Amino acid sequence: MLEKGLKGSNLYKGWMAFLLCLIGVGVLSYSQQYQYGLGYTGMSRDVSWGLYISQFTFLVGVAAGGLMLVLPYYLHNYKAFGRITILGEFMAIGAVAMCLLFIMADLGQPIRALNVMLHPTPNSMLFYDMIVLNGYLFLNVLCGWVVLHSHYKGVKYPKWIKPFIYLSIPWAVSIHTVTAFLYCGLPGRHFWLTAILAPRFLASAFAAGPALLMIIAMILKRTTKFDIGREAQDKLVTIIGYAAILNFFFVGCELFVAYYSNLPGHMHTLDYLFFGLEHDGHMYNNLVPFMRFSMGAGLIAIPLLFASRSKKSDGMLVLACALLFVSLWIDKGLGLVLGGFVPNPLEYVTEYYPSLGEIAITVGVWATGFFVMSLLYKIAITVTLEHEA
Amino acid sequence: MDSKRRKFLKIAGISAIAGIAAPSAFNSLLKGEAFASGGHGHQAESHGGGHEAAPTGKQYGLVVNVKAFADQPGLGEKCIHACHSIHNVPDYGNKKDEIKWIWIEKYENAFPEHSHYKRNEELHKMPIMTMCNHCASPPCVRACPTQATFKNQDGIVMMDYHRCIGCRFCMAACPYGARSFNWRSPRGVDELGKPFIKRRNPDYPTRMRGVVEKCTLCNERLVHGLQPACVEASNGAMIFGDLNEPGSEINKVLKENFTIQRKPSLGTKPSVFYII
Repeated sequence: MLEKGLKGSNLYKGWMAFLLCLIGVGVLSYSQQYQYGLGYTGMSRDVSWGLYISQFTFLVGVAAGGLMLVLPYYLHNYKAFGRITILGEFMAIGAVAMCLLFIMADLGQPIRALNVMLHPTPNSMLFYDMIVLNGYLFLNVLCGWVVLHSHYKGVKYPKWIKPFIYLSIPWAVSIHTVTAFLYCGLPGRHFWLTAILAPRFLASAFAAGPALLMIIAMILKRTTKFDIGREAQDKLVTIIGYAAILNFFFVGCELFVAYYSNLPGHMHTLDYLFFGLEHDGHMYNNLVPFMRFSMGAGLIAIPLLFASRSKKSDGMLVLACALLFVSLWIDKGLGLVLGGFVPNPLEYVTEYYPSLGEIAITVGVWATGFFVMSLLYKIAITVTLEHEA
Repeated sequence: MDSKRRKFLKIAGISAIAGIAAPSAFNSLLKGEAFASGGHGHQAESHGGGHEAAPTGKQYGLVVNVKAFADQPGLGEKCIHACHSIHNVPDYGNKKDEIKWIWIEKYENAFPEHSHYKRNEELHKMPIMTMCNHCASPPCVRACPTQATFKNQDGIVMMDYHRCIGCRFCMAACPYGARSFNWRSPRGVDELGKPFIKRRNPDYPTRMRGVVEKCTLCNERLVHGLQPACVEASNGAMIFGDLNEPGSEINKVLKENFTIQRKPSLGTKPSVFYII
């Protein structure tokens, strides 16, 4: 079945070559980082996690978002999702692969990564994160491959895979919950210390993951004969829309608690993210334009999304999904992690600017994820279309 | 490392996997046990509590007499030099790569939760010596995925530089900013060829890049019956001892003086006390 991924149109080959170039630049940059140490990046004593961990956090969400595509079909026998469950599973594989690569890129001693397994430490949330992420990767590779292979053979998937499919559903929730627990269990980091963090992570994940899938589905509709169908498309809009509304409701809850309670510790980071924070006569606000754009784009995207359905406009739909995806990426892939370090525990303000090499590595990891995803999608779509023909 | 602790962690892990996944529930369970066995009953000062140290075993700690440091200009710098020179702490000359085990902080930064409205000028000029608090309940140890940072039998929060994977979870977890990361190799030299470690002390290991480090309360000196280097250099402005030994000098000082701790409301039970 793998050979289906090796043949394709010029567009496909061009796209894969483009991704390979980005990966190459990323690998070169990483070899420099490996030689020099993590000082290669813009991270510092005060902002000790940067782009890598923030991308990791966001992508765990994209992976968990696959749940929303799998659950209706397998649990509620919602037939219209028959074509997108496999896309959801393969998207999760790509996203988890990126997560693991980002973690490796962020380690000061990547060679020692296996120490997490050699010295299992159940009181560390990172230990559980390792288990759930690798478990989720395994489950999605297994379920996705077995289901697709049965499809390829023209038979229904075997019964023994069912328990694994059912297991993957709560497992998707667990990956993002545990990832939220990495942050919200730390004393003295007020911005993260909120019980709503895990629910908020899940809400944004259930919007961001399906939004990305919708964009991919629309591209596939244009470039191949693969169409997920109007009914599935409309249902996805409902899922994305409500998840996005929930996400912004949770953001509103955070803003209310901080500003109505007037607790300085709770307001500081939000001030920094949305208005800028003054310290020693200097204004620190490098994330303000991003965060304001994120809020604006997200709030415009929701009505646009629902309007695209009544207007039956695919262009509008893609625009709405893209706006929403970028909005949630900024919110979680930049603001949440970087903001948590400002101000630092001693109330100093240090701003973080990623280095060029760090950005190249980040782009390289994203390209790797999309390479894996494209390859898997190519196989899945070829098999599906051949099966139908 | 304490083998009992290791065993305990294993059992804790199995029970956690068996269903007590929520760490908070798990923690409160542990706390309940500790109070029941210690006969404390209900904790009256649950908010802003955590002033007590670990109930059993050794718990080394420090008392810092801030007034004495204010009265003797240059004393703080002397203590820092004593520590950093014997521990091969590199000096990169920039804030981004900075590594520090002990340093001088302003009052409002060391104690940010104390009110600064209508501030006492003298107080705010005082040099506050800050370092790892060797908490009785350290969040960094809880966060570390490899037990590279762990609580020693004598209450010291230790570092295993050979096990640390450099994930920096402990840095995010520490509410005192006490941890530094080796962003580049401390064994190297700058553009002018000057080594980052001015004069290497062969009796203490240098670190490699990619690991976290911090104050270890001079455990390497304690085993030889010496005091921590900063305490020795402090002219009596710092007092070191076992907080759980009733007759110790540090306990006498703590009984006779009003002291404060950094961020006691976080429940970390810091072992460093300040006489203001």
